[in-house]
Amino acid sequence: MIDTLRLTAEGALALIESREVTSAELHAAYVAAAGARDEELHAYLRLVDAAEGTGVPIALKDVISTKGVETTAGSKILAGYVPVFDATVAARCKAAGMPIIGKTNTDEFAMGSSTENSAYGPSFNPWDPTRVPGGSGGGTAAAVSGGLAPWGLGSDTGGSIKQPSALCGNVGLRPTYGTVSRFGVVAFASSLDQVGPVAKTVRDVALLYSIIAGRDENDSTTVELPEIVELPTAETLAGVRIGIPKQVWDLAGIEPGVRASFETAIETARSLGAEIGECDLPLSFDYGMACYYLIAPAEASSNLARFDGVRYGPRVDAPTYREMVEQTRDAGFGDEPKRRIMLGTYALSAGYYDAFYGQAQRVRTLLMREHRAALDAFDLIATPTSPTVAFPVGERAADPLAMYACDVMTIPSCLAGLPGLNIPSGLSEGLPVGLQLIGPQFGENALFRAGYALECAIGFDTVPERLR
Amino acid sequence: MSTTWETVVGLEIHVQLKTRTKMFCRCAAGYGAGENTRTCPVCLGFPGALPVMNRTAVEWTVKLGLALGCEIAPRAVFARKNYFYPDLPKGYQISQYDKPSCEKGNMIVPMPDGELEIGIVRAHLEEDAAKTVHMGGHSGRIGGAEYSLVDYNRGGTPLLEIVTAPDIHSSEEAKRFLLLLRQTVVELGISDAEMEKGTLRVDANVSVRPAGSDELRTRCEIKNMNSFNYIARGIDAEAARQVAIWESGGEVKQETFDFDAGTGTLTPRRSKEEADDYRYFPEPDLVPVEPSAEMIERLRGELTETPAARVVRLGLDLDLERALVLVTGGLDGLYAATVAAGADRLAASNVIANNLVGAGVDPAAVDAAELAKLVAARERIPRVAFDEAIARSGDPDFSADPFLAQEVVSDASELDPVIDAIIAANPGQVAAFRGGKEGLLGFFVGQVMKETGGQADPRAVSEIVRAKLLG
Amino acid sequence: MAIDRETVLHVARLARLDLTAAEADRLTLELGAILEAVSKVAELDLTDVPPTSHPLDLVNVWADDEPRPSLALDEALANAPAREGDLFRVPPTHGPEVSA
Repeated sequence: MIDTLRLTAEGALALIESREVTSAELHAAYVAAAGARDEELHAYLRLVDAAEGTGVPIALKDVISTKGVETTAGSKILAGYVPVFDATVAARCKAAGMPIIGKTNTDEFAMGSSTENSAYGPSFNPWDPTRVPGGSGGGTAAAVSGGLAPWGLGSDTGGSIKQPSALCGNVGLRPTYGTVSRFGVVAFASSLDQVGPVAKTVRDVALLYSIIAGRDENDSTTVELPEIVELPTAETLAGVRIGIPKQVWDLAGIEPGVRASFETAIETARSLGAEIGECDLPLSFDYGMACYYLIAPAEASSNLARFDGVRYGPRVDAPTYREMVEQTRDAGFGDEPKRRIMLGTYALSAGYYDAFYGQAQRVRTLLMREHRAALDAFDLIATPTSPTVAFPVGERAADPLAMYACDVMTIPSCLAGLPGLNIPSGLSEGLPVGLQLIGPQFGENALFRAGYALECAIGFDTVPERLR
Repeated sequence: MSTTWETVVGLEIHVQLKTRTKMFCRCAAGYGAGENTRTCPVCLGFPGALPVMNRTAVEWTVKLGLALGCEIAPRAVFARKNYFYPDLPKGYQISQYDKPSCEKGNMIVPMPDGELEIGIVRAHLEEDAAKTVHMGGHSGRIGGAEYSLVDYNRGGTPLLEIVTAPDIHSSEEAKRFLLLLRQTVVELGISDAEMEKGTLRVDANVSVRPAGSDELRTRCEIKNMNSFNYIARGIDAEAARQVAIWESGGEVKQETFDFDAGTGTLTPRRSKEEADDYRYFPEPDLVPVEPSAEMIERLRGELTETPAARVVRLGLDLDLERALVLVTGGLDGLYAATVAAGADRLAASNVIANNLVGAGVDPAAVDAAELAKLVAARERIPRVAFDEAIARSGDPDFSADPFLAQEVVSDASELDPVIDAIIAANPGQVAAFRGGKEGLLGFFVGQVMKETGGQADPRAVSEIVRAKLLG
Repeated sequence: MAIDRETVLHVARLARLDLTAAEADRLTLELGAILEAVSKVAELDLTDVPPTSHPLDLVNVWADDEPRPSLALDEALANAPAREGDLFRVPPTHGPEVSA
């Protein structure tokens, strides 16, 4: 009997290598688990019944194109769209022998922080199904924590890997911009989007990252990794300098339980030998959100222009091309994509470009400088990942700005192109709290080492209490 | 008192590059393939597909910029030009915008009254649109059978856009500039630049102003002109239209016209429902182009003397128009080699520009030394022999010698009987000639040439005929 | 910073969204609130700060001009909502002529 709730990817690999189970048996076990539990979680938009491969099965966020398997990005405008090509990350998983368990739910076009913006209905948190799993990658995070996948891939634009991992109590990496190919990943905001791994352990995340990362000739914005990925083994933080942005302490909206868990995690780090200090990211905290909500929608408004009902997707028939496009788009996009298309179109339009998009690009320069300065003084930056634990379904759905505030601490490093790792730091009111570690460009190995040492010391049980 | 008007023209030229693959994907570029068979996720704009620059297209852009004396941008950036049309699969065109590869160049265009400098404002790289075919009736009634079909094969082909300053002041100047620009592009080997095939497209921005003033009045754009002559006619027609408006006290409105070469008329395009707002921003899926010094020097080293410069140089020895014909016809290389092989300049230019071109011979296939022999012998050997030799001059291993061995018949003893017979057979023409219609001399010479199968020396025949008729 | 309904409708036309009246009303309010929040970037004097359009400092990433296989025709057209022969079919791009 395979315990999908507890089995890590490394553990699954060991079972395959010792021939105790086959890849196909593992795949069947996860599909069966999904059959049993996904009615409650709605982590998957669709399952892939055929197991192809010899390795550890994987769940893929539905923004990742999979040849022959419908890929909707959580939108009605891609209903029925079956890609004729694999995204590079999907191809790399397949080349590594990994069968696909299914395509996971996402906020429409990865726009959201709760998965409630999925056109196919929300996903639910395995720790408490009355609450959201975070977003936009709530499907992958819920699948991993709910025992419906040993690991999975998400995509992160402003926090869509890190924040759901925090809310679901697992490990998620948003890699350095440019280390993982975006080819075949339905685009949200091109200068921000990054695919990354979600799993139960730091070592699993590092292993999956090593499989998907590296230059892709089909993505002009990718690079070779400057150093090979190392699976962490040392349970110490001796000599590691960790900076805490002083703005964290003054941030409005941080729940006391989140703050307490963060403080405990910092003390744990200190006890492991880390040097803890204070760093300063004033502009990131004050202007990061505004900067992000100009740049991301502007790029999105252009990236989503291709959904015109001409080459794919459902079409609303109309007498003229223009009416067909307008009606197809109005019927196909949900509220959040429409909001962002409108916002981005406005920010780029004549007369507003300099004040909005142009100004946001300059703010971005400052945020990058500010992070660089902080990371000159420290090896890593630590903050809580999310100001809150998982919130009830529906609580913020009607208030876009309240929803946007979920990402206040994940966004700045995304704008700076830096890697960020979420690891569970403990529980607050029975719900997981996430610790965000931010590293320098290409500093993934440092994140894995620190994350692993903290993970071992914290000893967080990733299986939701109600499922144990 | 009537005003004298000056025409002011700026041109926008689109040149389709003849790279093997498209600008941002590696689908084969070019014509002739089945509909939609040269497409991939990138050029169909499938979700998640990303562009990758074609290195050759980037280099060719720099090369053209160097040939036009442009400043090469140390950092060129692609932008997205956002608009919706079925031939634009991504909903935006990727194009260099505020940071183009080439700026501030110029071309010297030799004119009969001196050299004209035409500024090149910019030359930038972009991707071509796909092909949309409009089907069904043109009644325009809603609900009719009208629809459009899209073939994405052409979509994504690299296009170079070249924009001139409004330095052109006549249709003739425009035409001459375009001839030289096309020849430049063809010689660089970066495009076939054929208007009929759409690999060269020209739009003209036309305004007029009182001669001597330097104001710039409202301009109109003319599109859809598919030959250099039509461009010239379109510019003339538009300038005349604007002059008539100003002179009648009216005001020229900014408009875009299609020029119908058949009727010579300008048809205004439908005005759009809202003003263009392309929302340009830097293309985040691509990285900037920073040509290295090494690359620029390598490309500069590949340049040869420009067609415009060669026209100027040849114009020192030949009539300027002839020099232009030789250079823009790709004939001046052969001309120079033929002269170097000993041929007379004027004779060589005549033979190449008239006979060789008339015979449709590829100048690149001609051996200049053999051609020089023919040029030297062209008045000595029979006309038919010369014509045949020219027609074959592009054949492999062509030798002029067998043709040179043929002699014209100029001996009066051989020609006399033929001429006498023709005079006897045409008493009417003889009387008319003697009555003063001297132009009939050609008739008699022609008859003799025909009778002798082209072997007679036309000058000898002419002298004998004249002597016989008048003597 | 407020945005009026007319501007919302203009932006919707640029973005090719055929908004319902209710959507236009709601977006006028929502976009006003969001723009108010993001207008914060205008507080900073950034005249000497260069814009960042990309977090990575890469240049000259390109490919050699070597053809690769294209999609099979049926793959290219596999998801087409309307196909005629080997072409993508769309409604006419020109609307009805306006009679004078």
